[in-house]
Amino acid sequence: MSFQFASLAEFWTMAGHGPYVWACYGVAFIVLAYLLIAPRRAHRQYLKQQRVLKVASENLSKAKPSQAK
Amino acid sequence: MAWQWFYRMGSPRWFYEKTDRWIPWLALVTALLLGTGFVWALGFAPADAKQGNSYRIMYLHVPAAFLALAGYYVMAIAGAIGLIWKMKLSDMVMKAAAPIGAALTFLVLVTGAIWGKPTWGTWWVWDARNTSMLLLLFLYLGVMALQNAYQHQGTADRASAILALVGTVNIPIIYKSVDWWYTLHQPATLKLTSESTIHVSMLYPLFIMIAGFYCFYALVLIFYTRLEIVQRERRTQWVSALVEGAK
Repeated sequence: MSFQFASLAEFWTMAGHGPYVWACYGVAFIVLAYLLIAPRRAHRQYLKQQRVLKVASENLSKAKPSQAK
Repeated sequence: MAWQWFYRMGSPRWFYEKTDRWIPWLALVTALLLGTGFVWALGFAPADAKQGNSYRIMYLHVPAAFLALAGYYVMAIAGAIGLIWKMKLSDMVMKAAAPIGAALTFLVLVTGAIWGKPTWGTWWVWDARNTSMLLLLFLYLGVMALQNAYQHQGTADRASAILALVGTVNIPIIYKSVDWWYTLHQPATLKLTSESTIHVSMLYPLFIMIAGFYCFYALVLIFYTRLEIVQRERRTQWVSALVEGAK
């Protein structure tokens, strides 16, 4: 098993098929990266948002003890 | 006793805490497999006698198609378990599977179109394989839309599970479409019952990519399910404790 291309330039052009092959791998990279990042980002932001809400509601009940239960 | 694991798997908290420990290992295996697979597929696998280098797209197209279809089973079976046994975690897995399946189906369609241009001479044909794959994308998008269409989560879960189950009719059609109808799409290269029509020097990197995509799928399914767990279980004490620790 060896590297199939004589030079990096040939690796890039792939005898004319380069644009197709690299476009596919580029799209795949974006899609896979999105799937890895999106749920974890949403997860972090959700926990953060819940924390902000919690702190806000605690402050509210401290500020108006007569109204909040 | 034998069924204990099944009930434990049904507990969102158990799943959340277990997967916390699995994620680094699964991520490591995924990175190794995909890293090796990408390098091998792009640089070291020999060029195809008929298709030249364009066939290197297969190393993305085929694994993504495997998982787009396997992911549909995951979604439909999770939906069925949620319908029948009212298992909370199962409904969450069904919802988590939809965006991943949609993204992978999209990847299959895009890589297929780009591969089609130098190989078939066209980006798209309305043949059975392409059309049934497009339908698969709409089924995934349909489940995502239904999840957002109802105020009550239980109703949304029931409706999406039913859509997912009805949609399974499409899966054997996708598999068989290249045999049943005249098409530009080449028939399956990997076969369970007879010898594959591909040389081992091209087959090994394909296997590595497929294994890598399976691990990747499992990893991302865990991520999306964990997101769903914290959202739906926000009123429980253990999620409150997580919120306390959030920065």
